[in-house]
Amino acid sequence: MSRGRGNIKDDLILNLKVVYARAYVRLKGLLREPHWSIAEVTIPLLSLCAYIYMYTMLDAPIEYMAFVIVGGAMLAFWSNVLWGVSAQLYWEKETGMLQHYMLSPASRLAVLLGMAAGGALNTTLRSISILLVGTLLFPVEYNLLDINALLIVFLLTITALYGMGMLFASLFLLYGREATHIADLLQEPIYLFSGIYYPVLSSQIFSQAVKLVASIIPLTFGIDAIRLLLIMGKGMEDVLLHIVGLSLLVAILLPSSYIALRKMEDVSKRHGRLTLRWQ
Amino acid sequence: MYAVETIELSRVFELKGKSILALDDVNIRIGKGEILGLLGANGAGKTTLVKILSTLLLPSKGSSYIHGHDVVKEAKQVRRIINLVSGGETPGYGMLTVRENLWFFSQLYGLSSSTARERIEMLIRDMELEQYRDVRMHRLSTGYKQRLNLARGFINDPKVLFLDEPTLGLDVINAKHMRKYIREWVNADKTRTILLTTHYLAEAEEVCDKIAIIYKGRIVAYESPSALKSSLSNGVSINVEIFSDPTAIASRNSMVEKISRSSGVLACMLEPSGSDNGYHDYMVKHEGGSYSNGRYDGSISSDGLTRVRIILDDDSKIPDLVSTLVLNGYKVLSVRKDQPTLEDVYMRYIGMREG
Repeated sequence: MSRGRGNIKDDLILNLKVVYARAYVRLKGLLREPHWSIAEVTIPLLSLCAYIYMYTMLDAPIEYMAFVIVGGAMLAFWSNVLWGVSAQLYWEKETGMLQHYMLSPASRLAVLLGMAAGGALNTTLRSISILLVGTLLFPVEYNLLDINALLIVFLLTITALYGMGMLFASLFLLYGREATHIADLLQEPIYLFSGIYYPVLSSQIFSQAVKLVASIIPLTFGIDAIRLLLIMGKGMEDVLLHIVGLSLLVAILLPSSYIALRKMEDVSKRHGRLTLRWQ
Repeated sequence: MYAVETIELSRVFELKGKSILALDDVNIRIGKGEILGLLGANGAGKTTLVKILSTLLLPSKGSSYIHGHDVVKEAKQVRRIINLVSGGETPGYGMLTVRENLWFFSQLYGLSSSTARERIEMLIRDMELEQYRDVRMHRLSTGYKQRLNLARGFINDPKVLFLDEPTLGLDVINAKHMRKYIREWVNADKTRTILLTTHYLAEAEEVCDKIAIIYKGRIVAYESPSALKSSLSNGVSINVEIFSDPTAIASRNSMVEKISRSSGVLACMLEPSGSDNGYHDYMVKHEGGSYSNGRYDGSISSDGLTRVRIILDDDSKIPDLVSTLVLNGYKVLSVRKDQPTLEDVYMRYIGMREG
């Protein structure tokens, strides 16, 4: 029994080290090449400016400016999930690193969590920069009354989002060379349905069917709830449905990513090609 | 308990509707403290065997054990005590320094901070990477990348280390350094074991305690280098220097064929000229009396002479052979009797299987 506990403890320590080590690689990369961060903050700000000018010309309600800035800040997470987590196993394979991971006793989920953790921390800094610069440039107003609800929603959104990224990571790898095309294919529909620059769930424009489809994207629930809490001055009771929705997504996406990872490893070992470069 | 044991291990790959038998009932047993060299041509099954033993690939049939752990059912336990280094593979993240990369890999095996620090320093010293300690990996030369790669393989102090053509593409000095280190590493602790796959026969002879020759997925010979060489005791190896045009392929092929068909010749290997990109032409007589020929990697000599290594079943056949060459218009400059080499053994075994 004590041996079993010892093994569990050893495994836990090993996997925490792996999470930290993989996150370290991502953060070190950010520090070694900081010019990328400048580009990653500046370029989203340009699209954000375009939407704000358009809303201003159309005399849209003033809170739409804040909607756009919050959407722009959250978009950084989606981009990171898509390119920094979903496509990551594929890149690891292409650079020849995937075999090192498969060979080690580390849990594959710990490796993905490390990628996600490094990416999330890195992206949080980017997202805060977008929020701060956007707020300084434009006359936006925030009305936050329930910070606890905001934190809960934000954490659930990020967990669900990175869970989705981890699920896609294995799927992208199984689809082989087409990872970049799949990422490209996913990018625009997500922009459309998740309501990055406009409200979707509380809008009258979209049908219930579209809203239902949009709800499977964690970003849709997350952005909507964050806007309600941060801009519209709403409280926990107003975002309960969002919290339930996001919790369900977390409950589905995290186990699914684990199952997909097992499946990916199984396919890899059966065919012997998945960890090889250029295959 | 063996360090590595395989029992009737087989692996079939399905490719475009065709089944390819990559491993065929492989039985090997490697004791603790041994270095086994696995020799074979491209596609013989060397890497497939290593991949199965290192838990990266499932076998189609049979079983394999590392220190008593079933490689398929106890993959996690196996991964804790093994490591794999392949020639020419990525030794880490280009943006990280040598030291950071080694730290990163140490964490994949859960090493404590103090153990990781000590081992990284030791490996940096042993691999003579001191001056590159804080240099990013992408700035290293191929040789130093491979040294880092080898250091990565030792980072968890594995009980069993798989080296899959580790000196591939390395210059003579780097390759020699690597071979020396491998031998010393096993000698320092007799519970350590290495399975080394290579194309280079001299490399296998230099570092390995035992050699397995794999051909079309089957182990066709499995002995110590000296036992393998003495298995050719019935035969005799001779080196013949012939003056002919070394660049004329047709002439060279014809020479190999004429020699091979002479009485008593078991195998004939032609040392390459400078224009052959390091390939040796060979022709082997099989037990059934048929012949096969081909090419294999080798070193280049470019002094204008054609050197032929011939394995005869009996040294009384040497005069007949020389007569045959002279009658065919070749100028024989010298004939020297030699001890059988691993190359001769390899040729003979491959030839026997093709027969």
